[in-house]
Amino acid sequence: MTITDIFQETTMALGTNKVRSGLTMLGIVIGISSVIAMVSIGQGAQGAIQSSIQGLGSNLLTIIPGILQPGRGIVSSGRGAAQTLKNDDVSALRSVQGVASVSPELNRRFQITSSAGNNTNSTVIGVSPEYLTVRNVTIENGSFITDLHFNSLSRVAVLGPTAAQDLFGDADPIGKTIRINQMNVQIIGVLQAKGSAGFFNPDDTVFVPLTMMQRILAGVDYLSTIAVSVEHKDLMPQVKDEATSVLAAKHRVDPQNPDFSIVSQSDILGTLTAVTNTFTIFLASIAGISLLVGGIGIMNMMLTTVTERTREIGLRKAIGAKKRDITQQFLAEAVTLTFLGGAIGILLGWMISLAVSRFANIATNVSFSSVAMAFGVSAAIGIIFGYYPARRAASLNPIAALRYE
Amino acid sequence: MLDCRDLKKIYTNGGEETVVLKGISLSIKKSEFVAIMGPSGSGKSTLMHILGCLDTPTSGTYTIDGQDASKLSDEALADIRVKKIGFVFQAFNLLPRATVLRNVMLPLVYARLAPDKREELAKQALRAAAFPEEFWHHRSNQLSGGMMQRVAIARALVNNPAMILADEPTGNLDTKTGETVLAAFQKLHREQGRTIILITHEPYIAKHAERILYLRDGNLVRDEPSSL
Repeated sequence: MTITDIFQETTMALGTNKVRSGLTMLGIVIGISSVIAMVSIGQGAQGAIQSSIQGLGSNLLTIIPGILQPGRGIVSSGRGAAQTLKNDDVSALRSVQGVASVSPELNRRFQITSSAGNNTNSTVIGVSPEYLTVRNVTIENGSFITDLHFNSLSRVAVLGPTAAQDLFGDADPIGKTIRINQMNVQIIGVLQAKGSAGFFNPDDTVFVPLTMMQRILAGVDYLSTIAVSVEHKDLMPQVKDEATSVLAAKHRVDPQNPDFSIVSQSDILGTLTAVTNTFTIFLASIAGISLLVGGIGIMNMMLTTVTERTREIGLRKAIGAKKRDITQQFLAEAVTLTFLGGAIGILLGWMISLAVSRFANIATNVSFSSVAMAFGVSAAIGIIFGYYPARRAASLNPIAALRYE
Repeated sequence: MLDCRDLKKIYTNGGEETVVLKGISLSIKKSEFVAIMGPSGSGKSTLMHILGCLDTPTSGTYTIDGQDASKLSDEALADIRVKKIGFVFQAFNLLPRATVLRNVMLPLVYARLAPDKREELAKQALRAAAFPEEFWHHRSNQLSGGMMQRVAIARALVNNPAMILADEPTGNLDTKTGETVLAAFQKLHREQGRTIILITHEPYIAKHAERILYLRDGNLVRDEPSSL
């Protein structure tokens, strides 16, 4: 049989029972489209997290007090308890080869009220002017905290866009006053929006000079984070090692077992990628079950078809069809069903993912690899679930098949 | 051309043996028109299956066109069927949704003939089976019984077989239509010298052949020229 013969036989056979073929194909369509849609949601989430983490500053090392428990990951590390990072650690870090700038930070949540009468509970971060470059943030309006503000413990603040919106609505907050912990602070600037990083919203923050934060607002002398930007991405491991030994020497602790942790953006990214991968696999495997059910539907239909067409198979064998011819014919029917179902499923899944990103505002991403995988899987399902019925057809005894009523 | 020596066929069913053919020897020459007659259970269907290379005998030899077909594998039997045998069945067994031409071309597909050569051979076969040209592109389920059987005859002819095996070809037709189908067989026999084996249980149909073989209880009991 040539390819054309097989194609003609297949269209004729599937056309004979359009409704049945369509319904069977629907099983594959639903399976493939849900796999495509689910994977696109998972990959979209991953892409969004990656880009917002990169937006937080690339080439960034974050030093936090305390030790990360192995296995507990970075995301859930409860910091703030340890008080081992001090102001003079910053100058020690500045001397490390490859460090571009160092941003010491202290954050705390406070209840904040505005002169407009609104109030919000936001994160207040005490920062130095380096924060701007290290953390990759941009001023939308006004100015950021300067060296002058830093040195003179000025009672000024820069608002993140969400905090600005919460406190002042659409009014321009610059020059207005807010009260943090019963202390008046003047707004000097507003930042551009960065978008949520998934677990922490960097836009819902209020920035004040670190010196003022430590001595007046919080009354402490330690830091909650030191962010270090590195000159080049390739220097990251080297700077991380160097910084570890410098800080360990300064804190007089064993470098193998320090009282602080250094986390790079790639570590955070790695953890979050692992989380979203698990999430994607979870979604895809649920969708995969429906694909499996679709495959069983194909097998069921093909077995029915073989029984119904027993006489036809007997005739074909009587006039000289070999086992191979019959196997090919029925396998081609199954594969055509799953292949068509796969193609329609990919289109449908793609439309679902577009609809999800449009109406539910969730980032989605239909990747080439998931489309290729869906095609491969649907063809494989056709072969796997079509093979048994096809072999059964091919092994029919022509005499018995011709007699079959 | 066709030679059987002491053909036996024994079916075993649950340890119980049923002897269907008890040692049949016969030979059929090229261009003969032979009818095989016998009541139900006489073994004529089993004999036809062996002659048609759909089955192999338990013992004995069967040669067709010089080739021993008594101990071949299924695939080798399929090869002989596609080259040397044309079948006509009682129930026509056409592909209902395919056109007449496509039905006739089907054996050529399995003979692995190039697609561009098939149509011409199919048209020749349809002409030889006296099938009217205006119905060539009709679907076979739109035809009458007599027409369907002529499509089946054309299909049996198309690969230029050594013999045509017709199993009760008029069984599903009324007497008048049956006559036209039998006439088509006679025409093929007279004009093209085809070897035709007709299996039937009706004496008046057997009379259309030149020679009649009678089977009873698995034995060949009579072998005589037709009285017609």
